[in-house]
Amino acid sequence: MRFSFEVLVSLKPGLSDPQGKAVASALPTLGWTNVSGLRVGKHIALDVEAADEATARAQVEEMAGRLLSNPVIEEYRILEAEEA
Amino acid sequence: MSDGAPRIGVITFPGSLDDRDAQRAVTYMGGVAVALWHADHDLRGVDAVVLPGGFSYGDYLRCGAIARFAAVMDEVRAFAERGGPVLGICNGFQILCESGLLPGALIRNRSLRFICRDVFLRVETSQSVVTSELMTGETVEIPVKHGEGQFVAREDELRRIDDEGLVVFRYASGDGVTDDAENPNGSIDHIAGIRNARGNVVGLMPHPEHAVDPDVGPTGGQPLFASLLAAAMAGAGA
Repeated sequence: MRFSFEVLVSLKPGLSDPQGKAVASALPTLGWTNVSGLRVGKHIALDVEAADEATARAQVEEMAGRLLSNPVIEEYRILEAEEA
Repeated sequence: MSDGAPRIGVITFPGSLDDRDAQRAVTYMGGVAVALWHADHDLRGVDAVVLPGGFSYGDYLRCGAIARFAAVMDEVRAFAERGGPVLGICNGFQILCESGLLPGALIRNRSLRFICRDVFLRVETSQSVVTSELMTGETVEIPVKHGEGQFVAREDELRRIDDEGLVVFRYASGDGVTDDAENPNGSIDHIAGIRNARGNVVGLMPHPEHAVDPDVGPTGGQPLFASLLAAAMAGAGA
């Protein structure tokens, strides 16, 4: 079976996020002065062929930890899988 | 172990830019440059390895994230564990951090701008394969050119880096004073380059290979290559 996953990668809280800061400082120029806590991250979508969802998810966990994110500076979240 | 001039390997990854400059710098300083290929499980018996600057694999995902899984990196890791001298410059530094051979990581410059200019580096230790010919506190002038050179590390890692004296270079003024104005990318504690505990693996963002020939700019890279060649001659990685 094939399962679709989405992985969200973001910089760890506390680490400076220059991209997020730049985007946040552009918003007030468009009139939004009520925004805070803006962080920019990455969205990675992938399909995994596996016998069941738990196996597929375990593999995505490993991919996320070893390649998709750098544990020194980033954290990741795997969104609910869907059968593709 | 070499009989004559030390043989310095320079790895070319897809997207490496400064491999030829690194080879030229090695030759200029009296070494023998040996071209190494990312896909080979082979260091061709070199005495030291340079991971050059550039944009390996387009810097997709993160700088150095894909290059660290290249075939040649297995050999680099084994070479480093035997005590062989390894120098990562710019993208090469990012690859060494991604592969865990050096602590910390490099993220987008604080300014979000790509920077390209000459900077001064203050030598923080002479106990490394690129600073053995330098004195602590001395400064060298070398160019930087990068968009993602802001050094960061977890707090516990940073403490270890400090405690074990792993900082090799800090951005500073010509007379060796660190200041935010001299820090081009916002690196924590003005860190420009670090080493592993043993001192045989060093990574730095500035480009010593662009600073050996007086015809084209500052020559602050010369003592770094002289040190690397001396370490290679000592044959630690053989």
